[in-house]
Amino acid sequence: MYRYDNHDQTLVEERVEQFRDQMRRYLEGKISDEEFLPLRVQNGLYVQRYAPMLRIAIPYGMLASYQLRKLGEIAARYDRGYGHFTTRTNLQLNWPKLEDVPDILAELATVQMHAIQTSGNDIRNTTTDQFSGIAGDEEVDPRPWCELIRQWSTFHPEFFYLPRKFKIAVTGASDDRAAIQVHDVGLRLWRDDAGEVRVKVLVGGGLGRTPMIGETICEDLPWQHLLTYLEAIVRVYNQFGRRDNKFKARIKILTKALGVDEMRRRVEEEWAHLKDGPQTLNQQAIDEMASHFVEPPRREIDASDIESYEALRRNNRAFARFVTNNVTDHKVSGYKAVTLSLKRSSQSPGDVTSEQMAAIADLADDYSFGELRVTHEQNLVLTDVAVDQIEELWHKLDELGLANPTVGTLADLICCPGGDYCALANAKSIPVAQAIQERFESLDFLYDLGPLDLNISGCMNACGHHHVGHIGILGVDKKGEEYYQISLGGSQGNEASLGKILGPSFFREDVPGVIDKVLQVYVGERQPDETFIDTYRRIGLKPFKEFVYAA
Amino acid sequence: MLPEQTSPRPLIKGGRQIEDQWLRHDDETAPAEGKAIVRLDVWLASDRRDSLAPWLPSDTELDAETIAALREAPLVAIDFPKFTDGRGYSVARVLRERHAFTGEIRALGDVLIDQLVYMKRCGFDAWSLREDQIVEDALNAFNAFSRHYQVSIDNPEPMFLRRQREACAHQPEPALA
Ligand code: SF4
Repeated sequence: MYRYDNHDQTLVEERVEQFRDQMRRYLEGKISDEEFLPLRVQNGLYVQRYAPMLRIAIPYGMLASYQLRKLGEIAARYDRGYGHFTTRTNLQLNWPKLEDVPDILAELATVQMHAIQTSGNDIRNTTTDQFSGIAGDEEVDPRPWCELIRQWSTFHPEFFYLPRKFKIAVTGASDDRAAIQVHDVGLRLWRDDAGEVRVKVLVGGGLGRTPMIGETICEDLPWQHLLTYLEAIVRVYNQFGRRDNKFKARIKILTKALGVDEMRRRVEEEWAHLKDGPQTLNQQAIDEMASHFVEPPRREIDASDIESYEALRRNNRAFARFVTNNVTDHKVSGYKAVTLSLKRSSQSPGDVTSEQMAAIADLADDYSFGELRVTHEQNLVLTDVAVDQIEELWHKLDELGLANPTVGTLADLICCPGGDYCALANAKSIPVAQAIQERFESLDFLYDLGPLDLNISGCMNACGHHHVGHIGILGVDKKGEEYYQISLGGSQGNEASLGKILGPSFFREDVPGVIDKVLQVYVGERQPDETFIDTYRRIGLKPFKEFVYAA
Repeated sequence: MLPEQTSPRPLIKGGRQIEDQWLRHDDETAPAEGKAIVRLDVWLASDRRDSLAPWLPSDTELDAETIAALREAPLVAIDFPKFTDGRGYSVARVLRERHAFTGEIRALGDVLIDQLVYMKRCGFDAWSLREDQIVEDALNAFNAFSRHYQVSIDNPEPMFLRRQREACAHQPEPALA
């Protein structure tokens, strides 16, 4: 876990004072609404449908227990006692008071947290693999690199007023769990034959109104040049990205318009001037950063303990279900990563109460060296749990309502805040999520369906990543009425693809029935061991369409 | 583009407000006399290069010829048609860093208090504030940050190198709990 030094701490504190002064001048009427807007969103503050919303950064999804405890306290004191984890691994408070925000930011600074650049037309929170540092398929631990990018992008003076937001995702594993193909810039860290880190750089991916898969702009950038190369990309984007139409302003549109070869040429031309400059990384910088992400003091786990864990799994069906779905293998034998499900029909997807935050922080201290991860599927992960403690942890999670053994299934859906909170929404998304969770409650049915990503967004902005859901649901507005458009065949990961629209949209109350029909087609058509997405790829959209729209 | 400027706006340079000698002109011809900041094409065509100065639009792409000419200018202004147009930051930075431009770079147009600190870091050293901006607040805004992570015109040393230097010079400051 990265710990601030005096420089980092000073900077977040100075930021709080800067914003406090801006807020004061705004409330005194010295800054107009329009001119205050970029200032507040650069600090994560939105003015929403019913109240302000504050988006707090959780850099690359890493959270310490003391930070989560503080978030719980803040949610209780300044909000209505809960927060919402987003698909960008941030935490949103839905009901803070505008004038309280500087104080909230000051509280956050006491635990090395902030809301810097969680919104606005700037470089946003970098995201990565939730299993970084513990995944068996990892070549390079992305976390030190993410922190270097965080520092480089924080208050970057040239890039506060980009044409649009700019999102970077990083992975160092062969299985891409960070969705790098659908980011403005995606980075894949790998090692060459000499063992040196290289970076494959993708550019121009993204979701939103015009979803696109990123293209490779550089295969093998030597690590020393990571920051200068990123700077070249963002500068080209700053200068040439469209500013006349906000729906055409992302770097994906520029990349598409220029073509990736011309994009590469311009970036390299720019980079030629920055390359080998003072922001070129040296080994000491990497080592210093890596020293923050050391292996925790794990203990030796006896073979007999592993055996009793396996035996429990064989003999206890409920435990087995939990392990199969919510427990992930670890690079160290005897340890596992445990996913806490924030998906249950009683609470909105990704929501956590203050009490749950406090309790989860205690569990992180007791079972996982005081650290947690937030996933872009809106769950939490304890990354270092010894197998002889998993049963105990499971019971405690169950008491908290966080042990739903459904991670990766249809019930583990991704859902944006939608029309219940968000001012941009075309339609509500949370009631749709809850109706689906209620309709498909049977665990046996969920397991029979196997891995299935269902993603819901309340509008084209696609915060719920509906394009990359195997099943995607998008809220649309037709003459003031809420409708839902369904798409099939999206996926994230190594074989990322964008979903195709099934056909005309549906009323909200019809959505669970339509999903049911889609699932019936899958169940009827699938071959042994074939997942939903594989069946879809084999048979295409047509059979689904015919069945759903059959009179 | 903002309306033609008739009276001087507050000008900030060297950490204080100073009297502005330069008026902005957006006409296709330069004024007959007096100091004026004019369109780049007008400036390039004129023979009054010491009492006229050019302003660059935010989408300027600097070629070698223009750069060479700009070196003769008493000052170079960069226009912010809208404060949210961030291209001018890159233009200033490239002028300073790549072309070693040492003269005054003045921000012109929709120049507001809360962008000044970032403009300074990108190489601006004079600001013609929009009329309604409060000079005292503007001067305060420059002091927002005492240190920086990344390289900029006012900070040649990125934070990772500064840390290395400080670690060599004395014991590193302890990480905060
Ligand atoms: S997808 Fe649309 S409705 Fe949902 S959170 Fe994003 S902007 Fe709001």
